[in-house]
Amino acid sequence: MDEPKASVRIYVAIYVALMALVALTTGLAYLDLAPWSATVAMVIAGAKAVLVILYFMHVRYGTRLTWVFAGAGFYFLGILFFLTLNDVLTRSWLSPFLGGTP
Amino acid sequence: MRSSAPALAEQFDSFEHQRESSVLGMWVFLGAEMIFFGGAILGFVEFRHAYVADFNAASNHTKIVLGTVNTAVLLTSSLFMALAVHAAQEGKNRRLLGFLAATMLLGTAFLAVKFAEYYLEVVEGLVPGPRFRMDGADSRHAQLFFVCYFTMTGVHALHLIIGIALLGFLGLRTLGGKVTPQNHNVVEVGGLYWHFVDIVWIFLFPLLYLLGRHAGHG
Repeated sequence: MDEPKASVRIYVAIYVALMALVALTTGLAYLDLAPWSATVAMVIAGAKAVLVILYFMHVRYGTRLTWVFAGAGFYFLGILFFLTLNDVLTRSWLSPFLGGTP
Repeated sequence: MRSSAPALAEQFDSFEHQRESSVLGMWVFLGAEMIFFGGAILGFVEFRHAYVADFNAASNHTKIVLGTVNTAVLLTSSLFMALAVHAAQEGKNRRLLGFLAATMLLGTAFLAVKFAEYYLEVVEGLVPGPRFRMDGADSRHAQLFFVCYFTMTGVHALHLIIGIALLGFLGLRTLGGKVTPQNHNVVEVGGLYWHFVDIVWIFLFPLLYLLGRHAGHG
């Protein structure tokens, strides 16, 4: 069975996209997009990571088992972030009812 | 008689089976690494949420030009790493060696710029401790930012040093004739590690350098 692989042309295209995203995110950092600045920066970082994972790391051409193994880390990372931030980011919502500082 | 190119290990049915197994093993390791860096990043996000203004002020003291250059350097190294794996797949071992050397060179350049940044930050008194000096923000919270900054970029730099050593090892394997198109999984797995270290930086860069950049001049 021949292993599916990307072409040099695809690698270069992905690289150009990555560099464009670097320029975009650095430029946007100087604009006040409140309250979305952090969200925009992290979405762009996520897009760069997805490009690297799918093409440079060949997950796009991998078997389903590769997808499961690559996805497992993100799955547990998602649980870690979701449950923790669920607590941390919503504490201030409660403080008016509880009185005093959170 | 043993040939110099390693044969199929006996526990695998085929080279494809062997290749996929090593890729999956690397992803298991990278999953553990994700949780490691993810935990550090989550801690940073919590601290930043608690002290946004001070963290923004402290973040404006990082060297954004050097940080942006380094992001470009590391992404370029990832392109060369991908091309190295591509050359290995096609059995073009001379090109493979060239791309490995280019990747190592860019990784070293990244470290050089990173350590130049550390030097500037030491001189400016941004190292947490009794000599910490920064105006316009709560000193304890600003120090907390720099604790996160030095820890995360330091551990990342350590990963990069290991990555450069790993690529050197791959270069020696290639020179020894042990990398063939059928049997290039070492290069592929080394590439996965290198790209992962790149991805960690992709997230550290906006978190440490960009957030709060618009919020004035610290």
